[in-house]
Amino acid sequence: MIEDLFALFLSRYNYWMAIILMLIGLYALIAKQNLVKKIIGLNIFQTAIFLFYISFADVTGGTAPIYLPEGPGALYVNPLPHVLMLTAIVVGVSITAVALSLVVRIYQEYKVMDEDELLEVMRRP
Amino acid sequence: MNAVIAQLPVLILVVPIVGALLILLAGKVNRNFSYPVTLATISFQFAASLILLSAVMTGGTIHYYLGGWPPPMGIELVLDAFNSFVLVVILAMALLTAVWARQGAALDIPPEKTVPFFVVFQLLVTGLCGMTITGDIFNLYVFVEITSIAAYVLVASGRGARSLIAGFNYLVLGSIAAGFIVLGIGYLYVATGTLNMGELAAMLPASYGLATVHAAFLFLMIGFSIKVAFFPLHLWLPDAYTESPAVVTILIATATSKVTAYAMIRVIFSVFTPQYITESFPVTEVILIIAAIAIIAGAVLAIAQDNLKRMLAYSSISQMGYIMFAIGIANQIALEGGLLHIMAHAVMKGCLFMVAGMIIYRTGITGIHQMSGLSRTMPLTCAAFALAGASMIGIPPTIGFMSKYYLVLGAVEAGQYLAAAVLLIGSLLAAVYIWRVIEIMYFGDHHEGALHSGPEAPLSMLVPVLILAASCLLLGLFVDIPLEIIGPAVTLLLGGS
Amino acid sequence: MTLDTLPLLALLAPLTAAVLIPVVGRHENLRESVTLIAAGSMVLMVLAMLPEILEGGRISITLLPLLPGGDLALRADAFGMIFALTASVLWLLNSVYSIGYMRALREHDQTRFFFCFAIAITAAMGIAFSANLVTLFVFYEILTLITYPLVVHVGTPEAMQAGRKYLAYLLGGGICLLAATVVTYTLTGTTEFIPGGFLAAGSGTALSLQVLFILFMAGFVKAAWMPFHAWLPAAMVAPTPVSAFLHAVAVVTAGVFGVVRVAGWVYGTDLMAALGLGTVLAIIASFTIITASLFALAEDNLKRRLAYSTVSQLSYILLGVSMLSTAGITGAMVHIPFHAFLKITLFFGAGAIIVGTGREAISDMRGIGQKMPVTAVMFAAAAAGICGLPPFCALFSKVFLSLGAVQAGELILLGVIIASSVLNVAYFFPIIYTMLIARPSDERTLDGIREAPLFMLIPIILTVIASIAFFFSPGMPFLDLSGIALAEINGGVLP
Repeated sequence: MIEDLFALFLSRYNYWMAIILMLIGLYALIAKQNLVKKIIGLNIFQTAIFLFYISFADVTGGTAPIYLPEGPGALYVNPLPHVLMLTAIVVGVSITAVALSLVVRIYQEYKVMDEDELLEVMRRP
Repeated sequence: MNAVIAQLPVLILVVPIVGALLILLAGKVNRNFSYPVTLATISFQFAASLILLSAVMTGGTIHYYLGGWPPPMGIELVLDAFNSFVLVVILAMALLTAVWARQGAALDIPPEKTVPFFVVFQLLVTGLCGMTITGDIFNLYVFVEITSIAAYVLVASGRGARSLIAGFNYLVLGSIAAGFIVLGIGYLYVATGTLNMGELAAMLPASYGLATVHAAFLFLMIGFSIKVAFFPLHLWLPDAYTESPAVVTILIATATSKVTAYAMIRVIFSVFTPQYITESFPVTEVILIIAAIAIIAGAVLAIAQDNLKRMLAYSSISQMGYIMFAIGIANQIALEGGLLHIMAHAVMKGCLFMVAGMIIYRTGITGIHQMSGLSRTMPLTCAAFALAGASMIGIPPTIGFMSKYYLVLGAVEAGQYLAAAVLLIGSLLAAVYIWRVIEIMYFGDHHEGALHSGPEAPLSMLVPVLILAASCLLLGLFVDIPLEIIGPAVTLLLGGS
Repeated sequence: MTLDTLPLLALLAPLTAAVLIPVVGRHENLRESVTLIAAGSMVLMVLAMLPEILEGGRISITLLPLLPGGDLALRADAFGMIFALTASVLWLLNSVYSIGYMRALREHDQTRFFFCFAIAITAAMGIAFSANLVTLFVFYEILTLITYPLVVHVGTPEAMQAGRKYLAYLLGGGICLLAATVVTYTLTGTTEFIPGGFLAAGSGTALSLQVLFILFMAGFVKAAWMPFHAWLPAAMVAPTPVSAFLHAVAVVTAGVFGVVRVAGWVYGTDLMAALGLGTVLAIIASFTIITASLFALAEDNLKRRLAYSTVSQLSYILLGVSMLSTAGITGAMVHIPFHAFLKITLFFGAGAIIVGTGREAISDMRGIGQKMPVTAVMFAAAAAGICGLPPFCALFSKVFLSLGAVQAGELILLGVIIASSVLNVAYFFPIIYTMLIARPSDERTLDGIREAPLFMLIPIILTVIASIAFFFSPGMPFLDLSGIALAEINGGVLP
């Protein structure tokens, strides 16, 4: 039983790793008090998705999707997910930039970077 | 001329992107130049959307291949009865908001920030247009993110420091939602090998049984539910609506939330199909139950608020429930009601949020209990509130009543009597939270009325508000005009010709 | 201009006034002229339709395609004319009276008051002329909403509280009516009123049709049947012309109008009888008649006593319908105008007393007949009329109702009518006695009391004259109209 599960894990280990990373990221996003750590969690979460896309694009034994002497018959990995992830990376960077600038502004206003403390500061008139 | 019209689907996206840069350049020359450029760009978009709508209504669905590459190689823009209707609605709202913003923006945006504000404002509108007309599901994600990033920035641009926190929370939840959406798209790609919505719809039925497809559906549903603030995933919304600048609240409460709802309906009905959601993976009943809870809970929470903007925000959660309710019923009449409610809610909530902004603009008041006797100093503003409020409650013959009637009719026809009852109770609760404001504005203690001896709101704010208030009534009386567009749109969604 | 547009014009007259009133609001005389001209022209338009209707014709006009199941459509038929004629004539008189009342008391926000009044009468006319349930519902809801500012006009916390109650009951009722409309449409695919009804026994299970009727009754909570009547006495905080409007011109009348419409034009008497709905209605009506009369007996505030009297009297109409016999329904139909003319006199009288003395408690009114003879005599006359004494028109409705009870073989209902007549006398005659015969313990308390202004007295006198005129000419027009309406329901057989 245990061996079966382990075998299942091993045979799809790339997806499992993506999912574990995603959960780590989500955990950090939700549970961490520090706003910057939340952003780090967000980045881990996004990276996990990138990995997921890249790993399902992979073809065993495939090469880079460039024109090879074999012509169109060559075995190459699916290039489309890579392209999509380039876009997603750009999006992720933008979100990180906005998030960081917000944290900077929040810190300037309240001189705190911790969510609980922030709530406390806000409650004061 | 025809050549230009043929290119309109892409122009409606490219022109405003260029426009956003122009706003920046014009702003560099003189800060005051940025506003006219914004207004001109959005006016162009609105005009273009009208032309596109009439083209779709006469000539049928328009397919536009970006760069001339047909799918699956290239990205496709699709305009059918459904999204060209949504496009017109949101651009009309954006245009009115832009007019309102001429003086309304100054309320929260310091003068030195107006140029970047309008740039981001323009980008938000562009992102919304992109979300509406794209025919490629990954492209949809990209536009969702363009819209969202612009919205995070705008929400955080309020004067108060609280708006920063509201913006940050919105960003965190929005990014989680986006993550789920992109994950769902990945699963869809794994299952079918295409990203074009039309091809997805054609290829998915072969793999309806696969766990991959179910996972894709669930991820997409969760993602979009957060984005539209579908109860109980609404936690970002009340703060974001309350703390953001008045202009931004109007725009995201009307245009953004409506387009996101559109995208959700599009994914459910045009990528997955009515057969999928009723047979292969029956979720309509779950959606219906949650929608019913959302309607009641949103309204009850709205009743408990004193801050007018926050009350309207909770009301939005309740009203979003109405649109989800239509998805839960998923028959022709209910969906007609749902689409009608997308328009109805945009019009009336836009009007109400504008009024809330104008009250702050003139008196600085945010609390409902302070508004007694306001109808004396701001008679037209308060009249607009009363009319849009009546529409919100669903008093005939306003547009809010019409959509509610269709929803109830659809529910009864589907045999969902209990759901119909919930809907009606929801409108009774709406009467409670809206009427409380009207009561205080109009019949509050007369002596306190003397406190606000300010003038009526300025004309550039009053005109859009009055247009929207009149629309609440006129669209209701002439409801057959929007229904001529909505009818075919729903047939399309339900898989008819 | 053809006949077809007349129902629309009858609606547009007060609507135009509603648009003009805020515009000319600052000039009081001009504003009041607008109201009076609109009221007068509305009466003329309704009267212009009368000959056609009396010949058995109908005037229909479709305004807008609104919703599945019902366009916004108007249709003047005999039964609609009974309500329209009552409402339009009484609105004219009520407008004259309101002007006198509001000016005498120097009320605030008079522009808002007359604006809401104008829209309210538009809605009432819309209800009278509605051709289907959807149109009826649309105007019904407008009436609910626009009478709210009238009810809470004084703006005191007490008034606001009453206003909330008013709105809660009526909006709740409106929702039930909407649900009933939707269900009716789903069952039959139409909501258009058809004489004799369009619901058939096969439209749904007997239980579903019975539940639907209860839903309709809940919808017509405006009829103030017990135990859902509490909004009506609460609404007595309103200025007296508003009370008169609620009781006689539009609101409660609209409620009972709706019940009769649904009974005769949606269900039909046969289906009602087959489903046993007559009995349900009879129980509700009898309970309301007796209980409300007892409540009235215990009430010392004049306006509130009148309110309970209305609750009781309007259930006569429900009682008449419940008999499902020709005489019963005739009695029900003619009781709408006959009661309205008499009850509005009573409210006018109560308002005149408020203006003249500022008193509202019956026990404070000893001897005021000496100083306000016209008001007191007219009030006494109308009170006697409502009790069913000759020479006042309400005698006819009572005779028909009693006849109907006999026809239906329900002697219990006859007993209810007789018992309630006794109660009527019991709660009205002490008022007459107090005003006209009793002497105050201290004559000096009457000092300074003057008769109400002429603007208020003229309507009072006119309504009493009308009530007497209807006694001597009951056929014209109300009994004739009800005959035509009844023939429609029964498929062309005149009673």
